Amino acid sequence: MPYNRVSHRKKILVLFFGLTAVFVLLFVRLVYLMVWQADHYAEQATKLHERERSIKAARGRILDRNGEVLADNKTVCTISVIHNQIEDPEEVVRVLSRELSLPEETVRKRVEKYSAMERVKSNVDKEVGDRIREYDLPGVKVDEDYKRFYPYGELASKVLGFTGGDNQGILGLEVTYDEQLQGNDGMILTVTDAAGIEVERMGERRIEPVAGNDLHISLDRNIQSYATQLAYQAMETKEAEAVSILVMNPQNGEIYAMVNVPEFDLNDPFVLPEGTDPALGAKEQQDLLNNIWRNGCINDTYEPGSTFKIVTAAAGLESGVVTPDSTFSCPGYIIVDDRKIRCHKTSGHGSEDFVHATMNSCNPVFITVGLRLGVERYYEYFEKFGLKKKTGVDLPGEAGTIMHKMEDMGNVELATVSFGQSFQITPIQLLTTASSIINGGNRITPHFGIESIDPAGNVVEIYSYPVTQGIVSEETSATMREMLEMVVKEGGGKNGQVPGYRIGGKTATSQTLPRGTGRYIASFVGFAPADDPQVIALAIVTNPQGVYYGGQVSAPIIRQLFENILPYLGIEEYNQ
Amino acid sequence: MAGRTATKKRMRGREQSEYFFDYSLLFIVLFLLGFGLVMIYSASSYTAFQDYGDSGQFMKKQLLAIVMGLVAMVAVALVDYHIWSKFYLVEIIVAAVSIVMVKTPLGISSHGATRWFKIPGIGMQVQPAEIAKLCMILFLAYMVCRVGKNVVNLNGLFWMLMPAGIVAVMIWKITNNMSSALIVVAISMLMVFVASPRYKEFIILGLIGCAAAAAIVWFAVYSAGQGNFRLKRIVAWLNPESQAQDTGFQTLQGLYAIGSGGIWGKGLGQSMQKLKFLPESQNDMIFSIICEELGLFGAIAVMAMFIMLIWRMMIIANNASDLYGAMLVVGVIGHIAVQAILNIAVVTNTIPNTGISLPFISYGGTSVMFLLCEIGLVFSVARRIQLKDM
Repeated sequence: MPYNRVSHRKKILVLFFGLTAVFVLLFVRLVYLMVWQADHYAEQATKLHERERSIKAARGRILDRNGEVLADNKTVCTISVIHNQIEDPEEVVRVLSRELSLPEETVRKRVEKYSAMERVKSNVDKEVGDRIREYDLPGVKVDEDYKRFYPYGELASKVLGFTGGDNQGILGLEVTYDEQLQGNDGMILTVTDAAGIEVERMGERRIEPVAGNDLHISLDRNIQSYATQLAYQAMETKEAEAVSILVMNPQNGEIYAMVNVPEFDLNDPFVLPEGTDPALGAKEQQDLLNNIWRNGCINDTYEPGSTFKIVTAAAGLESGVVTPDSTFSCPGYIIVDDRKIRCHKTSGHGSEDFVHATMNSCNPVFITVGLRLGVERYYEYFEKFGLKKKTGVDLPGEAGTIMHKMEDMGNVELATVSFGQSFQITPIQLLTTASSIINGGNRITPHFGIESIDPAGNVVEIYSYPVTQGIVSEETSATMREMLEMVVKEGGGKNGQVPGYRIGGKTATSQTLPRGTGRYIASFVGFAPADDPQVIALAIVTNPQGVYYGGQVSAPIIRQLFENILPYLGIEEYNQ
Repeated sequence: MAGRTATKKRMRGREQSEYFFDYSLLFIVLFLLGFGLVMIYSASSYTAFQDYGDSGQFMKKQLLAIVMGLVAMVAVALVDYHIWSKFYLVEIIVAAVSIVMVKTPLGISSHGATRWFKIPGIGMQVQPAEIAKLCMILFLAYMVCRVGKNVVNLNGLFWMLMPAGIVAVMIWKITNNMSSALIVVAISMLMVFVASPRYKEFIILGLIGCAAAAAIVWFAVYSAGQGNFRLKRIVAWLNPESQAQDTGFQTLQGLYAIGSGGIWGKGLGQSMQKLKFLPESQNDMIFSIICEELGLFGAIAVMAMFIMLIWRMMIIANNASDLYGAMLVVGVIGHIAVQAILNIAVVTNTIPNTGISLPFISYGGTSVMFLLCEIGLVFSVARRIQLKDM
């Protein structure tokens, strides 16, 4: 049947070559996928096949200026059971309930639950974990883990802060330096099938964890703990609501102590105060905790009162509207526009020079200085001194200054601001500004972090902080030191005197806002030595009962503090 | 004289057959079958053990189908293929009836479509699409011979393509199996292409086909694959990562397997994707497991085997003693080549995903049995080739 034979033979050949050509195209596609795209797909496939278990990295420690460890890690164990691998469930239940002191039913529920891995208890002491491991029970896994541990419990709780379950900082320095402290978690990569069952033959891959860097801070454990004692003492004797003490080096802004009593236990930060209604909702409970965790020195603002006269005086001296020898007369009040503002001494201080007005903390004199400057110039100094900006302290949640807008400020507002009322700043802001005025005019940045050091002991980073020079002249600064020394020597700050030392300072008694509740804030800022300040401290007592004057309540706290820490810091007595 | 020659011929026949037997073809087929069994075992043992408690579950069933298929192949090879031309009407009716069978109570649903029916008594499951493919090859080979010179005119084309078209539409609409319908159409087109002396029309037809495909793709992208699962598959084809949890899942898992095989592969039995990551790993997606375990070279070897298989059949078709035999072999070539090409194209995401098995290698009893019957046909055609004609 030779019909059309040649034609269809040729067609069959065409067909063969056509089909072969298609195979070749597919071959090219295959080469593209298996050579050029191989890495891309292989990587994604590996990601799909590997189940990871993380190995926690040890978090960096926090050490004080003398190398004392303030925040450390403790090895704890997590006990888990793997349902499929358990051979003797009764034995497992018995051992685990005994060793972990858990009710048998609780353990049994975990053991009998059909799941890949069930956690029985975490944060188990290492000794208990080791004991359980020694039983060598199939299906029981003891994983070691790190837990943050604060050796001094309450010490500097609101400064150090604490961490959460995922090794992340929740409060304080643990948040600010989280990245340095955290390190990199390691991983155990296990190959599994699609259902998550381990594939034995593939073994496992380990990526070792990298421990976090140690953070060295300027805090001094001894000063902090002594200041804490003093604060608690004052809180008890004065039945005060809260007491804050700040101790800082006014030359460079290193904070030696920051106390806010009541403090809380860093090893157990989620404990609600006694007598809390257990029916409280989650949000209310969180609010309560947030209140407990608040760092008053940084997160809260207050009316500084007379301590702020330091700023008014510095601005007045710097601009030349007043000199230490300028004389004033105080009749016990001053009339500003249509308002009569009283001096705290209603009978008046009479005739006085500016030094004595400062020693007396005479309101009319400071109002006069403020008015001489005028709103614009006063505002200029306010900003120049850095009071409008945050201090930049290395703690989270610093509150900003609450101040009148310049265009809203009349003479009355200016008058009240001049003696420290009608606006709010944080305690750290006051201390920083005062430091900058007495240290020769350098606006420093208050801070804790000094350097971070890796586990091998190499310095990773030395922290530096901005300094603004010349916010006041050296002369003004010197005059201020002298005047403030006179305040302690012979004026309202007498209770701040420390025998053998030259102390400068200023007291303040302000009302809590809103006014008229009869609640006061007694404060005192003091520094030593007065001629060359090496340490500056601020004590704030909120709502003391009975006597509430800063000079009576807060100055003695600083005195006691200085009596102890000045020798400790190696600051020598002047007459030696 | 004549008698002596005849005796001489017969004597020579005892020493060496005067008819052609293609050992290469037999070897290639047996190799593919054996290779397929190994790969089915490799791809399915993990899943089979977990699901049935027997890691050889799929391989054993496939082996049984292969043995039955080989018996059928020998039987078909021994029968004179001309006999099939007498049953052309039966063939087209069997094709149609077997498709309708899935709508009877004997039909079996799986994967959301009814594509199988059960042969009562022996409990064997059969995919009517496979029967239809074989029947269409037999029917069309006869039709090509019957229309003769009319192959170039509309009348001839009508008689060849109309029955094929009806069967294809039935497969598509009744068993919801568009890929098998397309394969039937493709086989028919290839057979008509070979039968016809023309080229131009087929080139135009090819271009129209490409344009239609492009239009459908454009429409799928335009409608973002809303509604229809076939349109969704087109979207997933263009960007499998975008549909990773959905329509693109299988394709992407297949690509992971192919990509992670690299040039040399992970080694036989070392596939990770077969551990329940890649659905249908012993079936439509087996080529990706071959790529993962045996690498680019394993994949090339398999493709080379298919090319050789087609080449051997081409030799037979070109030497067939008559047009009917040649057309039968061309039909078988079309069937095997189209399916192998489409399968590899799907696995490599060269075309949108659709369920097509890899001939001789993928798991599937009906498919391998009917393929072996077709190979039997090819041997039957080869047997009629006189060596002196070659």
